Amino acid sequence: MSKVSSPDLDAKVPEGPMDQKWDKHKFDSKLVNPANKRKFEIIVVGTGLAGASAAATLAELGYKVKAYCFQDSPRRAHSIAAQGGINAAKNYKNDGDSVKRLFYDTVKGGDFRSREANVHRLAQESNNVIDQCVAQGVPFAREYGGLLDNRSFGGAQVSRTFYARGQTGQQLLLGAYQALAHQIALGNVEMFPRTEMLDIVKKDDRAVGIVTRNLVTGDIESHSGHAVVLATGGYSNVFYLSTNAMGSNVTATWRAHKKGAYMANPCYTQIHPTCIPASDDFQSKLTLMSESLRNDGRIWVPISKDETRSAADIPEDERDYYLERKYPAFGNLVPRDIASRNAKTVVDEGRGVGPLKNGVYLDFSDAIERLGKNVIEERYGNLFEMYERITGENPYEVPMRIYPALHYTMGGTWVDYNLMSTVEGLFVLGEANFSDHGANRLGASALMQGLADGYFVLPNTIGNYLAPLLGEKVLPTDAPEFVEAENAVHDQIDKLISINGTRSPDDFHRELGKILWDNCGMERSKESLEKALEEIPKLRDEFYKDLRILGSDDEFNQTLEKAGRVADFLEFGELMVRDALHREESCGGHFRVESQTPEGEALRDDENFAYVAAWEYTGDLANPTLHKEYLEFEEVHLTQRSYK
Amino acid sequence: MHVTLNVWRQTSSKDEGYFETYDVADINEDMSFLELFDVLNERLLAKGQDPVAFDSDCREGICGMCSMMINGQAHGPETGTATCQLHMRKFNDGDVITVEPFRATSFPIIKDLAVDRSAFDRIVESGGYVDAPTGTAGDANLTLIPKAVADKAMDAAQCIGCGACVAACPNGAANLFTAAKLMHMNLLPQGQPQRFDRAIDMVETMDAYFGSCTNHGECQEACPKNISIDFIALMNKDYVKAQLKNRATVSQK
Repeated sequence: MSKVSSPDLDAKVPEGPMDQKWDKHKFDSKLVNPANKRKFEIIVVGTGLAGASAAATLAELGYKVKAYCFQDSPRRAHSIAAQGGINAAKNYKNDGDSVKRLFYDTVKGGDFRSREANVHRLAQESNNVIDQCVAQGVPFAREYGGLLDNRSFGGAQVSRTFYARGQTGQQLLLGAYQALAHQIALGNVEMFPRTEMLDIVKKDDRAVGIVTRNLVTGDIESHSGHAVVLATGGYSNVFYLSTNAMGSNVTATWRAHKKGAYMANPCYTQIHPTCIPASDDFQSKLTLMSESLRNDGRIWVPISKDETRSAADIPEDERDYYLERKYPAFGNLVPRDIASRNAKTVVDEGRGVGPLKNGVYLDFSDAIERLGKNVIEERYGNLFEMYERITGENPYEVPMRIYPALHYTMGGTWVDYNLMSTVEGLFVLGEANFSDHGANRLGASALMQGLADGYFVLPNTIGNYLAPLLGEKVLPTDAPEFVEAENAVHDQIDKLISINGTRSPDDFHRELGKILWDNCGMERSKESLEKALEEIPKLRDEFYKDLRILGSDDEFNQTLEKAGRVADFLEFGELMVRDALHREESCGGHFRVESQTPEGEALRDDENFAYVAAWEYTGDLANPTLHKEYLEFEEVHLTQRSYK
Repeated sequence: MHVTLNVWRQTSSKDEGYFETYDVADINEDMSFLELFDVLNERLLAKGQDPVAFDSDCREGICGMCSMMINGQAHGPETGTATCQLHMRKFNDGDVITVEPFRATSFPIIKDLAVDRSAFDRIVESGGYVDAPTGTAGDANLTLIPKAVADKAMDAAQCIGCGACVAACPNGAANLFTAAKLMHMNLLPQGQPQRFDRAIDMVETMDAYFGSCTNHGECQEACPKNISIDFIALMNKDYVKAQLKNRATVSQK
């Protein structure tokens, strides 16, 4: 009884058996011959794993590439902060792994809300990604025999994670950045650092260029290309406090949304259970501690909410090891969403620990007694050191304090199998698109997706779009379409500067973050979401009445940069809440209190919600149009998760 | 707690700079040094005064974007720590703290504490890569790499490209940065075919932008990743060898 998807959402999934779709699609795709590639210009916005790998690969193929990032160097994109590792179906451990198993784990881990064909392709390309990275000189961890080492990660029963100490993201990004640097030196890529994309330019419904602001001089400039690629990351910072970098933002994809790119499943956000809690109101970001700590740490809070003693003075029978109590089989190793929700419950009960009572203990004293301090140091030494640097507390002596924080966003721009959005010629890669992780992402899969999209998927699919355009010149940047877009960008900046109120962009951002965290965070209800929908538009009105920016638009002006990003978060946040309100089921990172099992677990509603919700901008933020892409599961059977 | 900041203000690389003094009261010792500046900037904005420009992004010590000289030390007093992970509890109530941008002629000032470090990108572009176009790789486990080699390459590869080494060097030399990138590649089997060309290209590009190394060792002290100056010795060795090495016999011992 397959339901019919919206005609606007043709996913263009190739026919044929699942494991042959990608090969068949590559064979059926049109090619651009090598001599003609240099006649095509491609714009790539963002230089994280997806953007840098795409820009480098497209340039190696012969295309003329222009790449943009807001940081001072492409090497600094936030992919660099990923710690844990990258998955691949190599089966080097001979423990029964395969492309099919990685595919299966990812679809199941995504709580059956991803598109099977995309996920299968991701699993297939995962092996090529590892080969490519090793050839570039990424110093992955090795065994004594010189072979690559692997470790296991959450949500999988095999060891398939490749890693470079706790800095896997850094090493993979440097590999992609260096490939990009080589292409820059060869003149195949023109690089624009400290440059922010502020609009997409369309002609005849195709993406033909972008408008940018030079963050040093303030110049507004137009750039044209035959295709535009966005690889601009996720939107966790809509919550203000997250593990994302300060500059991470939704501006590129949101402005593309306003030009016709549908936004899919924005309510799917991932909360990481083991972050260091905020220490005061001026906390600017949260720092993640690797999830591996839960292997040996025991999580607890005092039984009494009036507890004032220090951790060591609280006797055993006055402690509540709530995960071990409620989930005896998995204990402290329950999945991310369950660990997070339970931490929120005890903190909301007033049983939180620390000066602000906003954390739970992660206690290593039993493990140290059982294994010795040396073993714990060997396993987690660098993490303990990082914790002490940030909090000033020694976790060998007092328990760590942890609390969940926003970490990754599965939702993003809707794309078809070719990674093209609903705007012709506008492609979206990596965390910025919605495609591969469904409602929940497994650990070590974000790096895999970013690099698969950039190195192997887009370079194969973009030719299909470009081939028929052979002979077409790019639109000159003095064409009316560019002039109009530049004027609109100038108007928006002038509008922000001329408000001349009293409150900083950060002040509004903090308030928005609080509304979202309280009402659209770990738990969402009809009531809380409706409350957020009342508050966000009010805050947005207040923003346009009382924002204060000093200085002008023709200089290095960080307050202005921030204000533009917050303005977009204030609009995007509302769409995220609307999506969460419409999805009256729980799935993955989206937990609706109205939809839970008698045991309090997430309860999916496959009958009514097994679809991708893709929202179209109508000009009225209160009334976006919903389009549905129904998901069909040919290979993996729908089942309910259980971790009891 | 309460601190007094002497902060370098400069509108652009073409303007004269000067120190401005700010009293910052009511701060929390758990704040990071950059959060102190966030608070200062909120207060300046409220008073209608131009906030202090400074770079930062990840705020967890890995992106390399933050860059401040704190009391004359790049990234401040705590060893192995970038400014973003330096916390106010490392200072005392009532301290007077001088904050300047990373000091080096090769890092022109953009505004206040933000500098332009793009000369680092030029060094990497000149040879800081293995030429392995996408899709050309063989199976990852075909190349055996002894663990000690992989570990040493990783020690070098963890450089975050912040520029503290240059700012700390009395000569404004970039030898530690260049050596870290060069030796990451040159230690690994994948880096061998281009090893000697890479050494020449990167060292000569470095020399075109930066001062010369005279073995002060300040760079190693300032490095937030504790990268050792041993890598500079290895770089020098490869550079000397590269002058004489017949490229046709690179594969031979």
